[in-house]
Amino acid sequence: MSAVADTHNQEHHHGPAKGISRWLLTTNHKDIGSMYLIFSFAMFLLGGSMAMVIRAELFQPGLQIVQPEFFNQMTTMHGLIMVFGAVMPAFVGLANWMLPLMIGAPDMALPRMNNWSFWLLPCAFLILVSTLFMEGGAPNFGWTFYAPLSTTYGPPSTTFFIFAIHIMGVSSIMGAINVIATILNLRAPGMTLMKMPLFVWTWLITAFLLIAVMPVLAGAVTMMLMDINFGTSFFDASGGGDPVLFQHVFWFFGHPEVYIMILPAFGAISHIVPAFSRKPLFGYPSMVYATGAIALLSFLVWAHHMFTVGIPLAGQLFFMYATLLIAVPTGVKVFNWVTTMFRGSLSFEAPMLFAVAFIILFSIGGFSGLMLAIAPADFQYHDTYFVVAHFHYVLVPGAIFGIFASAYFWLPKWTGNMYDETLAKTHFWLSFVGMNLAFFPMHFLGLAGMPRRIPDYALQFADFNMVSSIGAFMFGVTQLLFLFIVVKCARGGEKAPAKPWDGAEGLEWTVPSPAPYHTFTTPPEVK
Amino acid sequence: MRVHAKRALALVTGLLLPAVVMADWTMNMTPGVTGTSNQIFSLHMTILWICVAIGVVVFGVMFWSIFAHRKSQGHKAANFHENTLVEVLWTAIPFAILVAMAVPATATLIEMYDTTESEVDIKITGYQWRWQYEYINDGFGYFSSLSTPRDQIENRQAKGENYLLEVDKPLVIPVGKKVRFLLTANDVIHSWWVPEFGVKKDAIPGFINETWTRVDEPGIYRGQCTELCGKDHGFMPVVVEAVPEEEYVAWVAEQKEAAEAERQLTQKDWTLDELIERGEKAEAVPEEEYVAWVAEQKEAAEAERQLTQKDWTLDELIERGEKAYASACASCHQPNGAGMPPAFPALKGSPIATGDMAAHIDIVVNGVSGTAMQAFGGQLSEVDLAAVITYERNAWGNNTGEMVTPKEIFDFNNKE
Repeated sequence: MSAVADTHNQEHHHGPAKGISRWLLTTNHKDIGSMYLIFSFAMFLLGGSMAMVIRAELFQPGLQIVQPEFFNQMTTMHGLIMVFGAVMPAFVGLANWMLPLMIGAPDMALPRMNNWSFWLLPCAFLILVSTLFMEGGAPNFGWTFYAPLSTTYGPPSTTFFIFAIHIMGVSSIMGAINVIATILNLRAPGMTLMKMPLFVWTWLITAFLLIAVMPVLAGAVTMMLMDINFGTSFFDASGGGDPVLFQHVFWFFGHPEVYIMILPAFGAISHIVPAFSRKPLFGYPSMVYATGAIALLSFLVWAHHMFTVGIPLAGQLFFMYATLLIAVPTGVKVFNWVTTMFRGSLSFEAPMLFAVAFIILFSIGGFSGLMLAIAPADFQYHDTYFVVAHFHYVLVPGAIFGIFASAYFWLPKWTGNMYDETLAKTHFWLSFVGMNLAFFPMHFLGLAGMPRRIPDYALQFADFNMVSSIGAFMFGVTQLLFLFIVVKCARGGEKAPAKPWDGAEGLEWTVPSPAPYHTFTTPPEVK
Repeated sequence: MRVHAKRALALVTGLLLPAVVMADWTMNMTPGVTGTSNQIFSLHMTILWICVAIGVVVFGVMFWSIFAHRKSQGHKAANFHENTLVEVLWTAIPFAILVAMAVPATATLIEMYDTTESEVDIKITGYQWRWQYEYINDGFGYFSSLSTPRDQIENRQAKGENYLLEVDKPLVIPVGKKVRFLLTANDVIHSWWVPEFGVKKDAIPGFINETWTRVDEPGIYRGQCTELCGKDHGFMPVVVEAVPEEEYVAWVAEQKEAAEAERQLTQKDWTLDELIERGEKAEAVPEEEYVAWVAEQKEAAEAERQLTQKDWTLDELIERGEKAYASACASCHQPNGAGMPPAFPALKGSPIATGDMAAHIDIVVNGVSGTAMQAFGGQLSEVDLAAVITYERNAWGNNTGEMVTPKEIFDFNNKE
């Protein structure tokens, strides 16, 4: 009886609920997508302010602002918050908003789980950030939390950190299950796998990566938990354990994780470049195969993070060759984007500016990745600022610029208003200059011999560190401009048509702007 | 507006000018001083130029499109979206380049892994936060810790030329010999790196890693720990002094002698008669030689008595203890004894440092397993252990007035 009443009730309940309960109880993919995006931006600012502390301390040699133990907490929390709090939730937010719109589905396949997987995240980060105020401080062993520094020698808050990681993992796995269930079951009639938009493809593959590796991370932190609290010796050599085992398990998660953070950006860029080139994407099937190949290879290369731990020669060679191989499918993707632009009819609105910068700067990060793959040379690069430069080049202009490009590309669809193009271009150029100023000199620092994760350094590193800090401050402050642009766009502005970009393709542009609260209640037909 | 721009420029110049004057804008890797480091350097340059070449071609095409194929220039879009030949080529060519890169890299790697036929073996142990070097063929070893004064780090004093890259006792190796390093760690993972040798290897507790080098140029080479190992990770440099063969041999002899003297001093409570008896047993010598030898032994015995049995006063121990504390304890427990709880407890007013003496000796000598408190029994001499413990019991208002003598430490160790 009550079930009947409920159904009846919902039929009259088309718009969003009022007040806070709308956000707490929502099962609407657009609401949840917005919450993910807002949450990730808040985390981006928090993780970014920690980066500002790091760069302020490194502005000059000597200890000025913070003590080494707090510095280590900053590097650790910066890494954890950016990876798990900023980049991953931002892509889940984009997936929530765009996947149903792109495949013609009314919502995500598992809307209640969707709500839960979002609301777990603020809880997880509340726990993680609260460790900063605990006795002994926050985790201080780097975002890679190598044992035994993180077990026997870790601060008391490590157990809270482990709990937070577990909750994030549960959230990510549920998000990934939802993505797979949605894509495999709710596509509009006629949309075969090889007709799916690339953002859908890359997210499908990313979701499989997440389901494969998040449990591995959970296993690693569970072993830590046992070592710390229950007297086991998984990673404690004096009890017969193996500190290197930790690194194998961690990087078996960690390497696919870096692709989790970049594949969705590949997908988004594959929409934006054709839209502003007014020309179809070059080599769609090879884009799909290349993404699949990168995902498969990502399981076979983990030990390239461990070239100096003393793995046997044969292992060293295997992981070097496998790593070099990843350059082939990645190269194919870059060549496809460039060829898409070739002989197009290009215009450079903010999404395209970020997309072009993505291709150039991500390639530079790819080049340094290729250099790092050469095992003998890695003995010189390993754990220096060269590595810091490398992964910031793939993550900042890779993942983050990919997110900015996506945000500007779809903001008109989300808000119904055009964003301020002049401000957006300013945001781009300041970010571009700041980012390069911050991270390019790090290549030189690393090659000149500066180790990473140090709060103070020898005098020969002083000059480039100062340049790098100035760039970092510039990049950091610029992101407040992005906040302003988005708020301004959400509050009003020039009304956006259903399809604001003349070269854009896809089902999301067939619904009005802003996208109504419920879309595709009747599936569209794809020919 | 212009005024603002000028001011900003002046500010930026003001900030950057000292940097430009100091100018050390090293941008590239060092070729180094060993065969390995030179091979690495050439691999590095090869792959760098390959990347630059690929970049020029790919970005060249891209920039050409950006300039020539703009909508604002009225360019009409073509409509092609696949070309099998091109796609096969840009898969095959990168693959071929990678194979070409992998061949020399493999050769270098095989050579780097060949630790056989070494002429000198040195065991390197990472501690939080210093290195221990043991010359395992010659039976001596020592610790090497940062010697940059705290005042320079905290900006109370001008920074020296080798700021943060200087140690009290560098590792000494002979030029032109194949030196094998055996690496392990006592607490957490460290990594031993000298860029100019092209040698970097992790020091992992419970593992012994091997690597090697052969240095041809005498000189002083500096590096750092490169694996995050806790609070003072940035403050455990590596300094290696490569010296000519003869100098090395002389240095080793001197170190062996010193190590032997140390052993004599601390391992046994020699009496004069014992020494004479032992001397008689060992060899028969002409009288004058014997007399000289006895005099020497007496002197040594006296020196030893001075150290372990002499009547140390509280003040003497505290004075010596303050120095030992500064080098071994202060990085965790802080110069003022306040510690950094909870990982590094305060000693000031602590139950250990003001309570039972035996428990205090035990914790310093044997450490606390499962925590950051190391066992200093193997790291400090009896005299230093006694001095440190005495210092801790009397400094920062812990005015117990109690002292422990080196002899008591010696007895404590022997009892165990």
